[in-house]
Amino acid sequence: MEQIVVNGLYLGAQYALIALGLTLIFALMNVLNFAHGQMYVLGGYMTYLVYGKLGMPFALGLAVSALTLLAVGAVVEKFLFRPVLRKSARDESSMLLAAGLAFFFDSIILLLFGQKQHGVPKIIEGVQNWGDFTVVIPNDKIVVGVCTVLMIAAFIIFMQYTKPGRAMRALAQDRTAAQLMGVSADRYGMLGFALGAMLAGLAGGLLVATTGVSSGIGGSISIKAFLMVMIGGAGVVPGAIAGGFILGMMESFGLSYLRAYGDITYLVIFASLMVFLSIRPHGLMGKPWG
Amino acid sequence: MAKNIKIAAGAGVFLFMILAVVPWLLIKTGRGDLMSVLTSVALLSVISSGVWLTFFIGRINIGQGAYALMGGYVSAILVVKYGVLFWWTLPLAGLFCAAASVLIGLPILRLRGVYFAMVTLTLTEVARLLAQALSITNGPRGITNIPPPGGVEFFGLTLIPDFAELENLRLGFYYLAVVLMILCFAAMWRLVNSRLGFLCRSLQQNEELASSIGVNIGYLRVLAYAISSFLGGVGGAVFAAIVQSIYPATFQIQESVNFMLYCFLGGLSYVFGPMLGTLVLYMGWDLLFKTGAYQLLIFSSTLIVLILFLPNGLLSLRLPWRK
Repeated sequence: MEQIVVNGLYLGAQYALIALGLTLIFALMNVLNFAHGQMYVLGGYMTYLVYGKLGMPFALGLAVSALTLLAVGAVVEKFLFRPVLRKSARDESSMLLAAGLAFFFDSIILLLFGQKQHGVPKIIEGVQNWGDFTVVIPNDKIVVGVCTVLMIAAFIIFMQYTKPGRAMRALAQDRTAAQLMGVSADRYGMLGFALGAMLAGLAGGLLVATTGVSSGIGGSISIKAFLMVMIGGAGVVPGAIAGGFILGMMESFGLSYLRAYGDITYLVIFASLMVFLSIRPHGLMGKPWG
Repeated sequence: MAKNIKIAAGAGVFLFMILAVVPWLLIKTGRGDLMSVLTSVALLSVISSGVWLTFFIGRINIGQGAYALMGGYVSAILVVKYGVLFWWTLPLAGLFCAAASVLIGLPILRLRGVYFAMVTLTLTEVARLLAQALSITNGPRGITNIPPPGGVEFFGLTLIPDFAELENLRLGFYYLAVVLMILCFAAMWRLVNSRLGFLCRSLQQNEELASSIGVNIGYLRVLAYAISSFLGGVGGAVFAAIVQSIYPATFQIQESVNFMLYCFLGGLSYVFGPMLGTLVLYMGWDLLFKTGAYQLLIFSSTLIVLILFLPNGLLSLRLPWRK
């Protein structure tokens, strides 16, 4: 039981980090980023290259992941999403672009790294256990978990107490009003997209440390990220964190209690999400009709 | 009047092309493989025209794969386990999906924007996992060896020949898919240009306003969603018959997203958008097969460039001499 809770928390923290990026992009640009999972995988491969292949420190690998995805996000926003959103008759056209990008990243990753699962040496050896093996956690998972929580905290502090953070929150709340107050929608839209991509990259970099990375997981990560954002409410930062932890817990409990009935954990999760959304369409904390 | 004649002439030429010229050319040149591709294009465009209809009422539908899967299974189970004639299972599969979509649609159609999109996306996943978990669908092994459609006779007159006795099975399926596509798009064109179509257009623009002047928006959107799912179900049923098998993985999220992409690429404001979008995307993917490892790279780059320059779809392209 305790072990399940701990697993759920660990999973939830990683999920929350992914969902934060997706929700930020959605809040600022009204774009559903289908390529989010692929950005996460790309981040994973960057850390793998630097830390696993070249043998540099893990922290440097994370930094490279973050910077790469920051650049990718900025470029994608400036040269792809912004012109398309300006020219298209309906906002939804951006979904086609996002899906195209997802294919594009998938193919790049496949060409560069192949289909194999890539692992890296452990960051720290050893295992911690409490209460005579009721809870067992490997040391590297503790490090990754703590890093994740620190990053989430840093992101919240950034959004709450800095000027760019305040500008982005204002844009998310009311785009027109924020622009009238002199907030540059273009500049902060780009910053937000880059930050969102960076969070995905960081989450991917952390993932490599414990589970390794393979090229095909991008799509399913995107879908999970959508779920979390939906649970919490689209475009709301605390909602994304809540959604991440809720999904992490559901998976952890589901995988241990529902196993007896066959492979139905995800069926139960998806079905209950549909019921939940029919009753509460805007998630836990979202604004209605985001 | 002159406009109507022009439309009729255009439709006539198009029908003549796809019903006579294209099959004749393909048989002459011995490109049976291309005929299968075109069959798939016709079928998939029927399924995505359903998605297009939900776009038409202002909803992003990424759940069409669920209904296609459902339709495929209904038809396959009826044919294989109960020995029902395939032609009967076609409307039955459609109606089953329409009924299911009314039940599902009543609560979820109240959602809008990304929320609706996400719920339909989960619906696709639910359908796949259900098909995997249930016993009537035979779990992950799926249903295989579905016999080809049987013949229909009416007072000794063969209306539809038995597909098992056809010498060119591919040609038979080609005609089945193309006729289905023609019927579907003719109906869709009629629907969009009818009173119902204009009411749907009002939903797309502003539901509250439409409701305030007396449009029954709840009824309309369920109706549109049911028609959309009907098309998904019929398309899925024929698809299962053509490939003679159906698995939970036949239609999954990837397919649902593809149906949406076909609509986008063709253009959301054109009835025939899904047809063109399916043709370009599906054929393009197929033609790029020779490039091997770079297939996905070229395909996705082209897609990105297309959306960058024609964000409103291919049909929004106006040739210079046509204004």
